[in-house]
Amino acid sequence: MKHTISLLVENKSDALQRIAGLFSGRGFNIDTISVGRAEDPSHVRMTIVTHGEDRIIEQITKQLHKLIDVVKVVDLTDMSFVNRELALIKVSAAEDVRAEILQIVEVFRGKIIDISPKTLTVEATGSEDKVDAIISMLRPYGLKEVARTGRVALKREFQGET
Amino acid sequence: MLSVAKAKTFEADQTGNQPLPELSGAEIFVQSLVQQGVETVFGYPGGVVLSVYDTLFKTKNINHFLVRHEQGGTHAADGYARATGKPGVVLATSGPGATNTVTGIATAFMDSIPLVIFTGQVPLNLIGNDAFQEADILGITRPITKHSYLVRDVSELADTISKAFHIAVSGRPGPVLVDIPKDVLLAKAPYNSKRRVKLAGYKPMTKGSYRQIMKAVEMIGESRRPVIYAGGGVMHSNAAAELREFAQKLGAPVTTTLLGLGAYPESDDLSLGMLGMHGTWYANMAVSESDLLIAIGARFDDRVTGRIADFAKNAQKIHIDIDPASISKNVEIDLPIVGDVKHVLSDLIPHVNACDSKSWLAEIKKWKADHPLRYETNGPILKPQQVIQAVSEVTKGQAIVASDVGQHQMWTAQYYQFSEPRSHLSSGGLGTMGYGFPAAMGAAVGRPDRTAVAIVGDGGFQMTAMELATAVHYKIPVKIVILNNGYLGMVRQWQELFFEKRYSHSDLDASNPDFVKMAECYGAIGYRAHNSAELDEALKKMMAEQELPVLVDAIVDREENVYPMVPAGAAIYEMIEEDAK
Ligand SMILES: Cc1ncc(C[n+]2csc(CCOP(=O)(O)OP(=O)(O)O)c2C)c(N)n1
Ligand SMILES: [Mg+2]
Repeated sequence: MKHTISLLVENKSDALQRIAGLFSGRGFNIDTISVGRAEDPSHVRMTIVTHGEDRIIEQITKQLHKLIDVVKVVDLTDMSFVNRELALIKVSAAEDVRAEILQIVEVFRGKIIDISPKTLTVEATGSEDKVDAIISMLRPYGLKEVARTGRVALKREFQGET
Repeated sequence: MLSVAKAKTFEADQTGNQPLPELSGAEIFVQSLVQQGVETVFGYPGGVVLSVYDTLFKTKNINHFLVRHEQGGTHAADGYARATGKPGVVLATSGPGATNTVTGIATAFMDSIPLVIFTGQVPLNLIGNDAFQEADILGITRPITKHSYLVRDVSELADTISKAFHIAVSGRPGPVLVDIPKDVLLAKAPYNSKRRVKLAGYKPMTKGSYRQIMKAVEMIGESRRPVIYAGGGVMHSNAAAELREFAQKLGAPVTTTLLGLGAYPESDDLSLGMLGMHGTWYANMAVSESDLLIAIGARFDDRVTGRIADFAKNAQKIHIDIDPASISKNVEIDLPIVGDVKHVLSDLIPHVNACDSKSWLAEIKKWKADHPLRYETNGPILKPQQVIQAVSEVTKGQAIVASDVGQHQMWTAQYYQFSEPRSHLSSGGLGTMGYGFPAAMGAAVGRPDRTAVAIVGDGGFQMTAMELATAVHYKIPVKIVILNNGYLGMVRQWQELFFEKRYSHSDLDASNPDFVKMAECYGAIGYRAHNSAELDEALKKMMAEQELPVLVDAIVDREENVYPMVPAGAAIYEMIEEDAK
């Protein structure tokens, strides 16, 4: 099963290496990993999407906890959380298909952020599903380059009563 | 000249609101070690750490031992740490000096031994330039250190050293590496001797949850066939006394891992000796037939569990460990108690009562009588097991014994009667040949009040034998007993049993040196023993020597095998007890 793990980590170059090394050294999977400054600039927040049996996921969170530079580990999977991915998609866009592409981008609430005589660059944000979908829709026109951030996520503040 | 007295003066200066003294990085380094209470350093100089060596030259407070290879130095620091409970300290230069420590660091990491390894590094502006004697030692050792630091500014040096020691010794202990560039050692900074270590992401739990402890009391009360399985964590937590009290109050038999030997006296009726691949038949049978397994500071290593699906499958399992990641890693645990073993046992003892284990203990007693550890003698030829028994007797089971890796290691574990904690030093996790002799040397330095004996194989001894020079130079009276079978014996045993006696590259006999002459050429003492009379004589002389290292070359039956044995892939109750006839 897919798990989304949010980490608060000391902002040190070595910390990222230790985390990546932990996954490769122990044979854990990384589907996506995203890193950026957290609310406090001395910390970074990482969102790691991984998959595995429950036993493995438990090991992953425990082993992450053990790292000295890791301040907080939260497996968001069983909570309510918000998540987004950003993708930049450069697609071939000859005169005759440009309108069609613009329409697709419109449906997915994407944005055109660059344009050239033969290409359009689209910015798309949303769940991975949505990003997957717009990429599939644009693929037939000829994908030139795609850059995706991987998932970023935060716990939803209001967890609600169920 | 630097001294403790001077450190005190610094504090006085500060309270007097005078400016802090400016010290060089090298001086701050030495001052910080003194402040940490470090008395002993094992090291080797080189270009980028010359400033540190120059400072050491002027210091009286630190005993620096110049080893002959940084691997030996790291093992010596490890042996020092295991024997004393204090962190071992290593100092090495950049590049090759640093890489030579790698095997020692990995050894310590696998067995959770507190070490602080200081490596010099090329100057900051040359890092990444493939500079002379540059190695990315942080990168190389990241998977085998508990944590590591590159010090980028001399103003961070003192705090970093404090953090390194704190991390190495607390929680589940382990090696911490501090890499210090040459220019950081030369730069100056005000030195404040007062500091507080702050690590937001590091708060090891020591006290176990009360609720879990009370649940354990309940499970123990219901058990009729309890077994305690104790590991190296008992040693790290200095909890041997608590373990004894706990086991005796319960009336529960105790088996230990290789690293747990000495946690419980083997002369006691409740002792089952070691479990696992070369453990006793009755320990493995007791674990397999138990209804409650209480794991204490042990980690369910594959050498212990055998085929995992069949490990103690009739037992409920309680696991007391300081490392939450050790719990349910290999074997599903019914009741985890995360905390320091000493704390948890102290909280547990007042609440537990004796188990109703009479018939269980009677059953175990019968197993012990029917399946003891045994070997057959072969005329006047020395049996390796007999040599270990003789060493055990001549040292009255009171020595610190470091073993190397191989058959002799298993015989040491089986036949030396350990009774005290911090008495058996062995590379359990990594299985590092070359560990035993330098580790015994480090133990002898740390515990001059005790006899330190290295029991080594003829193969492994040659991996770090050059430390004889160190032991002779510093007059470290370490004893070395070689079980000389002229083989890489453990390899040969597997080749005999599983590769139809094709002894591929495991016969050393023709190429082994004369170990007695080897000892003598270093200025040490050497004796050779072919039979039990010669052995007794040699061991007696070995014990009498107070100053120099003594080596006893015991020529043993060449093709003896270690039994009993759990073959690879088998369950621990499927032991082979002797050679197929
Ligand atoms: C550094 C290292 N290399 C290889 C091995 C694999 N190995 C394990 S035991 C052994 C043989 C050891 O021979 P010896 O030191 O003579 O001890 P014996 O088994 O004969 O008692 C070997 C090669 C190891 N454990 N460590
Ligand atoms: Mg041998």
